[in-house]
Amino acid sequence: MLEKTFFLLCLSSALGNELCTPGASDGYKVRLSINTALGEEAYPWNPNEMFLFRASLAFAMRNHIAGQIFEVSNIVVCDETPRVSFWFVVTSPLNPSELVNKGNVEEAVRKSRNRINSAFLLSDNTLEFVGIPPTLAAPVSPDTPPWLIVFGVVMGAVGAGIVAVLVLSVVQKKRKKSRKTEDEDTEVEIRPKAMENGDGVYNPSFTDEEPITQM
Amino acid sequence: MGKTKDSGEEERPQWDNKVQYLLTCIGFAVGLGNVWRFPYLCQIYGGGAFLIPYLIALVFVGLPLLYLELAIGQRLRKGSIGVWNSISPMLGGLGVASMVVSFLVGIFYNTILAWVLWYFFHSFQNPLPWSQCPLNENLTGYNVECEKSTPSNYFWYRVTLNVTPDIEMSGSLQWWMVICLASAWCIVYICFIKGIQSIGKAVYVTATFPYLVLTIFLIRALTLPGASDGLTYLFTPDWEVLKNPQVWLDAATQIFFSLSIAFGGLIAFSSYNGEKNNCERDALVVGIINSATSLYASISIFAILGFKATTGFNKCLQENILDLTNHFEFSDQNITLENYDHWFEYLNQTSPDQVASLQLRHCDLQTFLDESASGTGLAFIVFAEAVVEMPGSQIWALLFFVMLFSLGLSSMFGNIEGVLTPIHDLNLVPKWIPNELVTAITCLVAFLTALIFTLASGNYWVEVFNTYVGSVPLLIIAFFELIGVIYVRGMKTFSEDIEFMTGKKPNIFWKACWMVISPLMLLGVLIAYVVTQAQKHPTYFAWNPEYELFPATEVKPYPDWVFAIIILLTVLPVISIPVVFVYKLIVHLKKRSSTRAQLSPYSNDGFEVETQEQGKQRA
Repeated sequence: MLEKTFFLLCLSSALGNELCTPGASDGYKVRLSINTALGEEAYPWNPNEMFLFRASLAFAMRNHIAGQIFEVSNIVVCDETPRVSFWFVVTSPLNPSELVNKGNVEEAVRKSRNRINSAFLLSDNTLEFVGIPPTLAAPVSPDTPPWLIVFGVVMGAVGAGIVAVLVLSVVQKKRKKSRKTEDEDTEVEIRPKAMENGDGVYNPSFTDEEPITQM
Repeated sequence: MGKTKDSGEEERPQWDNKVQYLLTCIGFAVGLGNVWRFPYLCQIYGGGAFLIPYLIALVFVGLPLLYLELAIGQRLRKGSIGVWNSISPMLGGLGVASMVVSFLVGIFYNTILAWVLWYFFHSFQNPLPWSQCPLNENLTGYNVECEKSTPSNYFWYRVTLNVTPDIEMSGSLQWWMVICLASAWCIVYICFIKGIQSIGKAVYVTATFPYLVLTIFLIRALTLPGASDGLTYLFTPDWEVLKNPQVWLDAATQIFFSLSIAFGGLIAFSSYNGEKNNCERDALVVGIINSATSLYASISIFAILGFKATTGFNKCLQENILDLTNHFEFSDQNITLENYDHWFEYLNQTSPDQVASLQLRHCDLQTFLDESASGTGLAFIVFAEAVVEMPGSQIWALLFFVMLFSLGLSSMFGNIEGVLTPIHDLNLVPKWIPNELVTAITCLVAFLTALIFTLASGNYWVEVFNTYVGSVPLLIIAFFELIGVIYVRGMKTFSEDIEFMTGKKPNIFWKACWMVISPLMLLGVLIAYVVTQAQKHPTYFAWNPEYELFPATEVKPYPDWVFAIIILLTVLPVISIPVVFVYKLIVHLKKRSSTRAQLSPYSNDGFEVETQEQGKQRA
């Protein structure tokens, strides 16, 4: 029993090796730029990381094609370089010598792109699937454009300022007028007193100042 | 409230203190041109070497004219129309010309401020809207026009201006521009409500804030990589350019327009001074600070532009590095910016054909530094791009656009003052209409006229106004101002005026400049300017997405009707000078044929000399 499983595994991997070649029609090239993305905190690329990649791609295939159970062994990798870059193909779980076609693989990757990226702490630019462009994020357009809000605030302040200044100046003018009429009233009051001295025009330079300026 | 004069004159307003007056004059002189025209000229005319013609023009043309305007305004205590009428009724046309130029310049200048406001409103977004391209309609890629040019170009030409490919296609009013223009005029109005009382308060902020921002930018820029490259590039002198007469012409025109002479605004501001104010010192202060600000601004701007060039250069290198790394399957980050040259040489030697097949872009820092721009291109495209690269870009964008707005606003004060003071002095409006209403009506009329600039082709019209209204008419007015004061009023009378105001007569330097050097230089500049402009049919740069060499701007000639408008704009302001002269001459000749009264400013119609016949008739 054990030998049979072992034989089948070897057979499938051997078959897989033949299916995966650089430039395969149903395969994709992957490029990782871990140093660019993480700088000091970059992790080294080793077979464990490769295992994680194959597992996440199997996860993506499972999500896309309902019903079919993809295993890690269904993701075949070859031509690994120090870059880090490699080719991969996906074999069908029903028939290990048959490849899942390009379109399906692309759709699967597209759907789960975010999850795959996060597994490696990378982004669409640093985990590159050559031939699968990243879906562009839809622009966030709020209902009220923010610039209209700022405009409203500024114009409101300016408008309020104009109204305030104009009202203030009108009020001040009214106050000046009422003060003028008050002065006139007091002048009118003083005059009759002086007229008591006799008829004629009141001439302030000839007032009776004697009580004040006695020698 | 300001102090009012004694009953001798009808309550001419006065400055609260000397500082307000100086700040207003400095604010008027220091404008957008100091930030976006002078650094550009410095750059294309061989850096440090340009300072020589610039300083010569400042000393022999700029300062004398400035001193003259401030002195005559302070002495005669009237706005531009009143001053010229006082000197000689035949020169009254000068004041009208100044007023018309101030109005025409004011309307397009405020449109630029409306654009600055638009960018200011958009600086509150994260990320900045001119940092990335919008998506196209079916969300599969980026907008084509934006892809071909850059996001900041797209934001300026398409989102802000929505510019048409040709000045003949007017398009429609862009509503967002209309409301920005309305806000700009409302802000000008609120500063002007109380005349110089409110301006005097506003300039404390608008005249000093730009210096603060320039300093902040300078300190920040010096900490960014590449700043020193920008500065060395700016100031490396190329002495050969001094042989090119165009440089001298540009230096003289730059000084002249930078000091805002011949607008009538400076005359108006100094007319609100006390009588015994030392206007010589004021003129020196304003002139020197204006030039110093230009220099200071160019240092800040070029530090930032050096940073931008370095960033562009590094991006170019990074693209090449990525191509090489991907092709040769080296480990990531093996080739870095520092060792790129070594690697490139090595790879070129070992496998030259592979390297050639990659078609790497040749990256040269000099090409990036050479991408110069002036005017709106500098502020809204180049600098906006630079700001996006800086960490914390919203703050820098905000600071930059508020600085531009306060620079422009303080210059607007002078423009509007050049329109309002003559209206007030000419008693064009009845006394019962309050000043606030006159200012409001002026702002409203200006706003409605400026709506042409909010059309889709508005940017082209602003260029027309900028190039043709703000140049030759001012030179002509300034020339006649010099002649009017020095030769019609007389050097002797003017020296006595100055002695009355400052306590001493002007020294030989000022006299020599006023009588000989400045008129000659002005005349030379005027003739040279007109000749160079007339030699080629005027053209403009059009933003045409259909153009083969897009994103380069297409050079198109102005159509004939626009050319006619250009001639009109150049002639209209100055036509009043000969018209008024001829009209007053006819009036004077008519009077002369009936009496022997001389046309002098001291003639008083109440004391006509009787001729013998008139005496006999009465007897």
